[in-house]
Amino acid sequence: MTNTAGLVEIRWHGRGGQGAVTSAELLAQAAINEGKYAQAFPAFGAERRGAPVVAFVRIDSDNPIRVRAEIDEPDVVVVLASDLLRVVNVSSGLKADGILVINTPKTADEIIKEFHYKWALATVDATRIARETLGVPIVNTAMVGALLKAAEVTKLDSLIEPLKHRFGRLADKNINAMQKAYEGTTVRGKSN
Amino acid sequence: MTESEGKPTWQQIEIGAIITEPGSARQYQTGDWRTQRPTYVHERCIKCGLCSIYCPEGCIEPNEEGYFEADLFYCKGCGICARECWTKAINMVEEE
Amino acid sequence: MTQRVGIEVSRAVAIAAKLANVDVVAAYPITPQTHIVEDLSEMVASGELDASYIPVESEHSAMSSCLGSVAVGARTFTATSSQGMELMHEVLYVASGMRLPVVMAVANRALSAPISIWGDHSDVMSVRDTGWIQIFVTNGQEAFDNILCAFRIGEDRRALLPVMIHLDGFQLTHVIEPIYLEEQGDVDRFLPRFEYPLPLDPDKPVTMGAFGPPDIYTEVKKAQDVVLTSSKEVILEAWKEFGDIFGRYYSPIQCYRCEGAKVLLMTMGSFSETAMSAVDAMRDDGHAVGLLNLRLWRPFPFAEIRQAVKDADVLVVFDRALSFGGPGGPVCSEVRSALYSLDKRPKVVGFVGGLGGRVVSIAGFREIIERGTRIASEGTEQEFEMFGVRE
Repeated sequence: MTNTAGLVEIRWHGRGGQGAVTSAELLAQAAINEGKYAQAFPAFGAERRGAPVVAFVRIDSDNPIRVRAEIDEPDVVVVLASDLLRVVNVSSGLKADGILVINTPKTADEIIKEFHYKWALATVDATRIARETLGVPIVNTAMVGALLKAAEVTKLDSLIEPLKHRFGRLADKNINAMQKAYEGTTVRGKSN
Repeated sequence: MTESEGKPTWQQIEIGAIITEPGSARQYQTGDWRTQRPTYVHERCIKCGLCSIYCPEGCIEPNEEGYFEADLFYCKGCGICARECWTKAINMVEEE
Repeated sequence: MTQRVGIEVSRAVAIAAKLANVDVVAAYPITPQTHIVEDLSEMVASGELDASYIPVESEHSAMSSCLGSVAVGARTFTATSSQGMELMHEVLYVASGMRLPVVMAVANRALSAPISIWGDHSDVMSVRDTGWIQIFVTNGQEAFDNILCAFRIGEDRRALLPVMIHLDGFQLTHVIEPIYLEEQGDVDRFLPRFEYPLPLDPDKPVTMGAFGPPDIYTEVKKAQDVVLTSSKEVILEAWKEFGDIFGRYYSPIQCYRCEGAKVLLMTMGSFSETAMSAVDAMRDDGHAVGLLNLRLWRPFPFAEIRQAVKDADVLVVFDRALSFGGPGGPVCSEVRSALYSLDKRPKVVGFVGGLGGRVVSIAGFREIIERGTRIASEGTEQEFEMFGVRE
């Protein structure tokens, strides 16, 4: 489990339209509702559906956040689509005691064998969970659940209000997806 | 300091140089610009009013007898009325 | 009740305009200002905001519509950025010259070419002399607060001037952060109804925007300059009263850890908070450094700057715009000239950086302070230095 005291920096990798930016926003809102300081923003620039995109979240339980730069050395990296692992160097700058949270049907061992990651690793088949709960393979809310299992930067319950506000009549299904993914996430410690 | 000659100082300028007196342009004697003036041959005038329509200054109106004549306070002497008058009732003459 | 919410800064700006109960919004979308006007257009469409939204065909028309709107006495808001502000450039002078208090949020962005949608202050500096009151904000809360203040300041009878609130594109506009959104009742208490003293009114006709021949133009410009300069009093008053009601106080220059500082860094906009962290780190290491965060850009706060630097040996000014072939950073150049006539003044060193979205990190600001201090003692023949440029 990643250290969740002080400043935690989270970088999201997805494809344009998958909802990485929405995930980042919802997480920041949950943290702010808990009375913490938080910040969420997309990679600054043009929006392109399908292209690899990143989004960022900073959460600090004690101090206002002054830095506004993109996150180069994250504590947590969340990957919404495992096909990105071959396209983008998602672990770039990830701190030694950081954790990768990946949406994949594979096990952590299989991923490590393939990519030789030296960080702690959380895996979840979020696409399957999204299909079962939402009926569509949109994994952004499921991956918020996976993240919270890997690093408890906010309480799971704190996401309920932002999700309700954001998704309206689809909120219950998304809350369900988040909770299922939280339960279905396997966390594997740092390999040596 | 520049001599003010009765003109407003910067402190007297209205907000945004707004002019609060409506229709103040009426006081502007554009007749001063004139080098030629229109003269009229009433025998030829059929009171059609075309000169009044063409006048860019809008200063031509019928007099008491119905003949169209320019108000020389505003008439700039452009000669358009004379040019457009198809009965040749208007002649431009030099101002003295 | 005041609510602390996680919200995108653009959205908070739109909500501030709504709380100000604007009558007219005339705007044309441009990155990175888009979310502000999208939100306002949705509020008008849904009936949440009782106002007219004029979807114009260009920024030139946006500002022209705003002039007509204020001229009849309607509270008016718009927002733009970069090339959009360039396109409305000539109309900006008309707004200030006619003393029409439009409020405009400017999502600061670089100017082409090459095309850049990212942030810097080139657009701010290109409209420096348009006669608008101009305020930089450092974070989302300041953006929200100062939109409210802008109406109060601009519409004050002693000012009647248009106001720009400069917020950095993306670094502010696109970030979700905690912002206190204030209550309608409190906003109403702070912000009186707008009553333009000489509105366009068929029952009481006036002529606006008339000719200014040589025998009157100079006096009109003198009057305009005096009113912009003296609007500082109105600004200070509005900020004071805002603080008394909402508990957040603003000043033309924010002095951060300046006590006993021998070296001062001056920045403006969202980079100032990053620079504060650099100052903290250097203070921890025992260096007597401080930060001046410039908020009020027009009217230029001469007295406050002179006061703030009086005990410093070195003042390093960091600009995010470049005056090509000239003195480098526009802010540095103005600060230098503001201090020139003083007997005792710090050495002023200028840096230009953060152009077109280039980030300056905490370490970067530390380097700027250290390098600036070295230049001040060793001297240089350069007017300024570009920071972070590859050579």
